[in-house]
Amino acid sequence: MTLSPLTRGILLGFTGMVLLLMYTPLLVVVINSFNPDPSMTWPPEGFTGEWWRKAYHSAGARDAVLTSVQVAIVSTLISLILGTLMAFALQRFDFFGKHSVNLLVILPIALPGIVTGIALNNAFRGIMGINLSIYTVIVAHATFCIVTVFNNVIARLRRMGGNFEEASADLGAGLWTTFRLVTFPQLRSALLAGGLLAFALSFDEIIVTTFTAGSGVTTLPIWILNNLFRPNQAPVVAVVAVVLILVSIIPIWIAQRIAGEAENIR
Amino acid sequence: MSSTPNPTLAAPSGAANRRFSSFLATRPRLRLALFLTAPLTWLVGVYIVALAALLVSALWTVDSFTGEINRSLTLDNLKEVVTDALYRTVTLRTLFVAAAVTVIDVALALPIAFFMAKVASPRLRRALVVAVLTPLWASYLVKAFAWRSLLSEGGLLDWILGPFGIHSPGYGLTAVIMTQAYIWLPYVILPIYAGMDRVPGSLLEAAGDLGAPSALTIRTVVLPLALPAVIAGTIFSFSLTMGDYITVNIVGGANQMLGNLVYTNVGAANNLPLAAAIALIPIVIMLGYLALVRRTGALDNL
Repeated sequence: MTLSPLTRGILLGFTGMVLLLMYTPLLVVVINSFNPDPSMTWPPEGFTGEWWRKAYHSAGARDAVLTSVQVAIVSTLISLILGTLMAFALQRFDFFGKHSVNLLVILPIALPGIVTGIALNNAFRGIMGINLSIYTVIVAHATFCIVTVFNNVIARLRRMGGNFEEASADLGAGLWTTFRLVTFPQLRSALLAGGLLAFALSFDEIIVTTFTAGSGVTTLPIWILNNLFRPNQAPVVAVVAVVLILVSIIPIWIAQRIAGEAENIR
Repeated sequence: MSSTPNPTLAAPSGAANRRFSSFLATRPRLRLALFLTAPLTWLVGVYIVALAALLVSALWTVDSFTGEINRSLTLDNLKEVVTDALYRTVTLRTLFVAAAVTVIDVALALPIAFFMAKVASPRLRRALVVAVLTPLWASYLVKAFAWRSLLSEGGLLDWILGPFGIHSPGYGLTAVIMTQAYIWLPYVILPIYAGMDRVPGSLLEAAGDLGAPSALTIRTVVLPLALPAVIAGTIFSFSLTMGDYITVNIVGGANQMLGNLVYTNVGAANNLPLAAAIALIPIVIMLGYLALVRRTGALDNL
């Protein structure tokens, strides 16, 4: 298939236009973080670094980021273990009920967040009699993060096949040695991609979090929601958002490099 | 997998290791059980139990005087949700918004994903993947709030389009659709891109060699092969929009979606059983949609 230069040009132009649309609101956030008017009127009249200074000294924002990072790290670790185990079970074996199990993994992300949120809230408080805390948030997040790790790992397992592992076993390596030296190195970039996505998903989640967080637990999205409509806090929120976008470029860049290396190896 | 706790036992433990390996090698059922037990216990123990409990709570009632939950089972809540005109209106509105968001996102994502996967040079492709991924990390709330300021009277939209005689739609359903379509777009582009990336280039070459114009190749080769991935993308945009109540609060004016009804009944109205009954609506809709698309293989592309 050869596309005419005109078609290529149209596709390129369309992609560029949509990307421009995608970045305009983000740019507005960046500009508003310097807007001297706290109600963010447009166009901004002047320039101020006050919000950046305020954000830098905001203990609330810092604590919220810390809480979110803790929640995201632990739920990512849990989902890495459970998602990988599940991917092996569904890719390497045939068994009765396999399709139902597959659906079960997808369900927490396919059902709307409010359903997951209210169901878990009801289960924790009403049935198990557990008080909501940071641990209930972690359990909830891990549950819907399993699927991102699962998908990345199972896609990789499908492409890998079992030849290398069989060869390793034939040459006398035990299960652990084979896993450590043959299977894991091939899985590494898939685990990283799935883990990053799980981290991002957990870090930004607000709906399920609202229903499963204890009263003292303020993740970053909850902090943002609490401050978004306060008169002098909205620009501080804008600053925090800008910092997050800037910081997020690092993990995305690492993931892309590793994905690129994996491509070169193939 | 075992470790060696004591170095003096290393040799016998190595032998035990090997024995364990060959023991497992001949027992696929046992290996399956080792893989499956932990994740299955988690998902069933946490999620399925919670969903089942939600189903049961939909059959309870709340005493309107004391606010206590009465655990005798009745179908009253379900009847109310099915027959009351309010729930029908809100369900139809929510479905409309979710469908509109999905159509817009797929229409925007298809050309971009195709360009990324099959036209762009590897270098440009990597840059585009990063460009699409980065907005995912900007907080969902901040993006919704940015749209609130974009759409406001005298906001950026009015400022740019005003000279052309076009005005911001203001806060309402149109604003909700625009904002949601914006927020979920990367979630739709990424699976479609991955799906198109998997379409072998050799097939496209073959179609071209056999004389098919590129439009025909796209329609009869690329799209059918990428369809499961497209449907996977729609699952995201549809489900994410259907459960949302926060964007509606930020840019939706006085409009309510199903999520709002659930939220107010859990919180302010303190009627968990009714909230559970309302939550069954999106559950039924999503399960129906999943059942419908399951045979296309979309669920392997999420």
